[in-house]
Parts: sequence; structure tokens; C-alpha cells
Amino acid sequence: MLNLLFLIPVIPFAGFLVLALLGRRLSNASIAFVGVGSVGMSALLSVSMAIDFMTNPPAGRAFTQTLWTWMRAGSFTPTISFTLDALSLVMMLVVTIVGFFIHLYSSEFMQDEDGYSRFFAFMNLFVGSMLTLVLADNLLLLYLGWEGVGLCSYLLIGFWYRDASNGQAARKAFIVTRIGDTSMAVGLLFLFTHLGTLNIQDLMQSARNQWASGSPTAVLAAALLLGGALGKSAQLPLQVWLPDAMAGPTPVSALIHAATMVTAGVYLVARTHVLFTLAPAVQSVVALIGAATLLLAAFSALAQNDIKRVLAYSTVSQIGYMFLALGVGAWSAAIFHLMTHAFFKALLFLGAGAVILAQHHEHDMFKMGGLWKRLPITFWTFLIGASSLSALPLVTAGFYSKDLILWHAWSSAEGSKGLWAAGLLGAFITPIYAFRMVFITFLGEEKMAVSHKPGTRMAVPLLILGLLSIIGGFVEPPETLGNLRPFSSFMQSVFPEEGVALPARESAEMILQVIASLVSIGGIFIAYLLFLRKPLYAKTLSKTPGCSILQRFWFSGWGFDWLYDTIFVRPFIWLTRTTKDDFFDFGYTGIASLTRMAHGLLIKTQTGNIRWYAIGIAVGAVVFLGIVIF
Amino acid sequence: MIASVPMEHGLILAAILFALGLVGVIVRRNIVFMLMGVEIMLNAVGVAFVVAGARWGQVDGQVLFIFILTMAAAEVSVGLALVLQLYHSFRTLDADAASRMKG
Repeated sequence: MLNLLFLIPVIPFAGFLVLALLGRRLSNASIAFVGVGSVGMSALLSVSMAIDFMTNPPAGRAFTQTLWTWMRAGSFTPTISFTLDALSLVMMLVVTIVGFFIHLYSSEFMQDEDGYSRFFAFMNLFVGSMLTLVLADNLLLLYLGWEGVGLCSYLLIGFWYRDASNGQAARKAFIVTRIGDTSMAVGLLFLFTHLGTLNIQDLMQSARNQWASGSPTAVLAAALLLGGALGKSAQLPLQVWLPDAMAGPTPVSALIHAATMVTAGVYLVARTHVLFTLAPAVQSVVALIGAATLLLAAFSALAQNDIKRVLAYSTVSQIGYMFLALGVGAWSAAIFHLMTHAFFKALLFLGAGAVILAQHHEHDMFKMGGLWKRLPITFWTFLIGASSLSALPLVTAGFYSKDLILWHAWSSAEGSKGLWAAGLLGAFITPIYAFRMVFITFLGEEKMAVSHKPGTRMAVPLLILGLLSIIGGFVEPPETLGNLRPFSSFMQSVFPEEGVALPARESAEMILQVIASLVSIGGIFIAYLLFLRKPLYAKTLSKTPGCSILQRFWFSGWGFDWLYDTIFVRPFIWLTRTTKDDFFDFGYTGIASLTRMAHGLLIKTQTGNIRWYAIGIAVGAVVFLGIVIF
Repeated sequence: MIASVPMEHGLILAAILFALGLVGVIVRRNIVFMLMGVEIMLNAVGVAFVVAGARWGQVDGQVLFIFILTMAAAEVSVGLALVLQLYHSFRTLDADAASRMKG
């Protein structure tokens, strides 16, 4: 059974090929069948593979399948091989299952669109690349998947290419993540030069043996890889692309910019966690960046009007939580939050898509209202998603994962009270913006008529993801609620360092949990007061001079776009403008003008005059005869 | 017996006739006169062939002259047809008028 591992990425790639080559000639139903079916097959295979893996685990808790050797360049022989261990299994399940439901949803959501086959072709290519990324055995193959998902992100953000601003958003996403990709590529080169291999297991082993903790080589390697992770996962300072990436269709935002691609950075850090433990300075930077980003994005989400932008900033914020977990050494907690986040964030995005479709493609929340009666399934599942995001105690998956992160931030050796406080503040703001979204969009009075209610293919994914957002957390109930922890014991094969369990300071953990629960409920209550009970109070508050400056500041994402525009974009444009016609261009323009001159001369021989041509023949014959005779 | 004319003289005559014909083609502007120049060139070539045939005492030179004459007749018919077409398009017999292929 495990030998079918290669099929899991290959089937979506095959789906991409079929749709790319034959898509135009197929009917919508066939396109949907191929597009959704390929990911569905991968999902089924993943589930059966997971059952097989968990019931009889292979030796060393890892199964590697090598397909072929990619290239042979001296001692550098990377192979196309896929590894299945606990970490890649979890990622694979998340990508395929959530991906399948999103594909099913988009088969109805996109059905009136022009490029139906193009959409599913790109989505399949994306799923194939993402699976390559998570199953890769060596960093080069991972980088291939990395680039593939970046490409598909560009193609899908700019899906409605006829509008130039979508192309700009796509370019912005690609260029900003490229900066991270470059850092990662340099990191790969660095790792290969120093350790002679890019195979992940060998790399971790060699690094542990050869590099001392805190040595400059380890710090540099970890920092370079972190750069790549920051770009892909939209963390400080490379977080500017994600809000604008909402220009793409909503299923794209759900799949790529919530559940899968942006978590690739988290996956990379978790995969190469040995490097980060060898470079504690970099690991604390990871935690700091996580904490800073989660706060920055949470405040920005509070000031947005576009429902998708709220969710985009929310994604940036939640990934900040994952980076915070990685930074304090809570590797499996980060992956746990990755999983629950995939469920509830995809749910929220799909729900937002249903709302947008029902409101004539309107994105502004303040133009909506009173939808809870018209779109009941959407409302209730959205409510579940928002509650999970807000970490509503005990009943939602988000509670368990976020609480675990906060506990590790407080108690881990690399954690600190400051990081915990930042996480707690974020956990207070999150319910405020999440329920602001719920109250403004679904409650209150109806402002716009409903045009399209979601059908079965849109409702079923919402319901299933809603269910997962509730029960997904029960795989890791904390110590205070029955010390079972199946998830982290499953992940222990990949993160052996975590086996050193934190001392079961049950009382401390209980207190922190109660605080976190109170904070979450308190946030929901404040959102209720501000946006449902007395919405005018919030409006007048935002009109006061101090608050309006703050609101504009947060609305623009803390002014990062302006900052980068001033520091990088304008000087670059000025530089290109001044060097446009400089000395070096003369080489290129010189060749062109030389050719044009020669053309001008030679064309004078083409007179169109028959006598002229006769003269030419005569002169030529004379010259030729002369050469022959003499 | 006529004193035999040396072959070189015949060939020189052919060459001069050829050159005169060529100059006629190049210098005249009227197409009909250009065709006449071409005829002169053809006949010069014929003279050269006959002279060579006489030198070797074989009849091949004169056979080839018949060929040339036939060919010249065919060529003149085609050529005059083209001249008529040219006049039809340009309303003039000036060869320089047909220079639409300039540049």
C-alpha cells in the first residue's frame, strides 16, 4: 500500500496535464470530474496510506520511495524520492482533504466563469506541487515544489487577467515571495557546500554532528532558510503580499492563502528544526517575528472593510502563532495549529465566498447585513469557523491548538512571559475582529437582496469543514483535560526532542487556560457590544481624530506598502529612468542603427528600373570573366 | 577559293556585335528598341557559332544557328506580348516607368 505513495502527487499532475491539453474541448461536468476527482483520489489514497502507516508503521517510522535519480553532477546526485513520516503524513492529509473539499466547492462557485478548465488545471498543478513539497525527501525537490506553488499562486491570483490590478497583485505576490525564495536558494547552496548533501535526514544528522550550537555556519544556514519561510508564509517583513492576493477567486484564497501554501514556511522550519535548535539566536528571532506579526496583523484585521481582507490579515496573524510556536520549540504544537487553522480558515473563506456570491460579488461588509435568515448553512458554519478562530473554549478545535501554543510560550525554555503576553493580546483581538465580521455581515438589518444561494456542492464542504473545526482539536486534549495527547505522541517520531515532556505543572497550565478562555469570551463580548448592541458608538469612536489616524494606519497594514514604496520602489524607478540611455546602451542601439544605415545604403541598388539591372548583369559578367581569365 | 577569313576576325565581329547589342539594351529607354538590341545580341552569338563551326569544318555550328533562330522567334513573340501588356498597364513604352519594385 505504501508503494503507491508516488501516486499521491502524480495524480493531480496528471489531472493538470489532461485539463491543460484537452480542457477547452471538455464540458464543464467533465472538467469538474477530472479536476475534483484527481484531488479526491489523492485524498482517498492519503487516508488509506495513513491508516496503513498508523496500524503497521514501517521501520524507523519513515517510508521512502525513490522514483529516479534527478541528476548526477559529481558528488551531487539528488533523487526524486518521497518520504512518508508523521510530519509529511499530517501535511499530506491536510492538503488533500481540505484541497478536495475546496475543489468540490469551486466546481459550483466557478461554474459561470470563462476559464473553468484553466482554473482547475492550475488548482491541480498547485495541489501536485504542494504534495511534492511536503513529501520531498531532499531540499532540492522541496524547492521544486516550493517554486511550483509560487507559480500557481501567481497564476491563480491573476486568474481574472483582464483586470490589470489583478495582474499587479499577482506580480506583487510573486516578487515578494521571490525575495524569500532567493534567500532560501542561497541557504540550499550554503548547506550543500558545507554539508555535502541536500537529503533532509542526512542533512540533519551531519549538522548535529559537525556544527556546534550557536556556530556562525548554523546561524547563517538557519537564517537563510528562515528568509524563505518568511516570504512564503507572509510574515514580517514580507507580509505585504497576502492582503492584495485576495484579488484572486475565493477558492484560491481558501486553498492557497489559508490552508496550504502559506503554511509551507511553517513546514520548512519544522522539517529543518535541527538547524534551528543549533542556532538559538535564529530561533528566538522566529518567535519574535511570530509575535510581532500576529499582533500587527490582528490590529490590521480590525480596521478592514473587505471581508476577504479581514480573513487575509487573520491568516497572517494565525501563521504568526505558528511561528511563535516554532520559535519556542513547540514543533508539534505548531503543526497542530496548522491543521486546525487549515480547517477553520478554509471554512471561513468558503463561507465568505458564499456570501460574496450571494451579494452580487460585493466584498464590502458594511454593505451587507441580515444574511443569517437567508443563508442559514453559511451562517452557522461561518459562526463555527469564527468561534474556532477565536478559540472558543472546549468546543472548538482552535481552542486546543492556540491554547497549546500559549502554554508552550509561557513554559518552554525558549519561551518568555513577554511572548505569552503578546499571544494573549492577539487572542483578545482575534475574537473582536472575527465576530465584528460575523455581526456586520450576517446580523443587523438586510441591506442587499440575496442573489445566489449555495447549492449542495458548496454546502457540503462548508458542513464538513465545520465539523472538522469542532472535532479537529480533540486529537490533542491538554494535560488538564485527560492527558491523552495522541497527536504529539504521533509526531514524536519526527520531533524526538519533544519527548522530554514539560513538567506537568497542572495548576499553572489550568490557570493559563482559564485566562485564555476568559480572554476569548471577553473578546466576543466586546465585539457584541461594539458592533451589535451599539454600532453607532463604534462609528463615532472611529471618527475622533486619534482613532481615525489609528484606523487609517491599521487599514493600510501599518503602512508597510508606503514604506516599501519609498525605500525600494521609488529609488529603483529613479535609477532605471536615469540610466535608461546611458553609455552601455550604446552597444545595443549602435548595432541597430548600424544595421539601419547599411540597409539605407543597400536599398539604393533596388531601383526597380530594368535597365539598371541589365547594367548590373553586364558589369558582373565582365568582372567574372576578368577573374576567370586573369 | 576565297581566301579563308581567320577565325579570330569572325569572333571579334561577334564580340563587337554583342557589345553593341548590350549597349543598345542598356541605353535605349523604349522597350521595343531594347528588344531589338536583344535580337542583335542573339545574332552575334549565332555568328560566333557559325564561325566556330567553319573552323572545325563541321556542320554543328550552323545547326545551332537554326536553334538560335527558332528560340529568337519564340522569344520575340512572348516579348511583344509582354510589351503589349506593359502598354496596357502603364500607357507608355518607357521602361523606366515600370519601377514599382523600387526600394
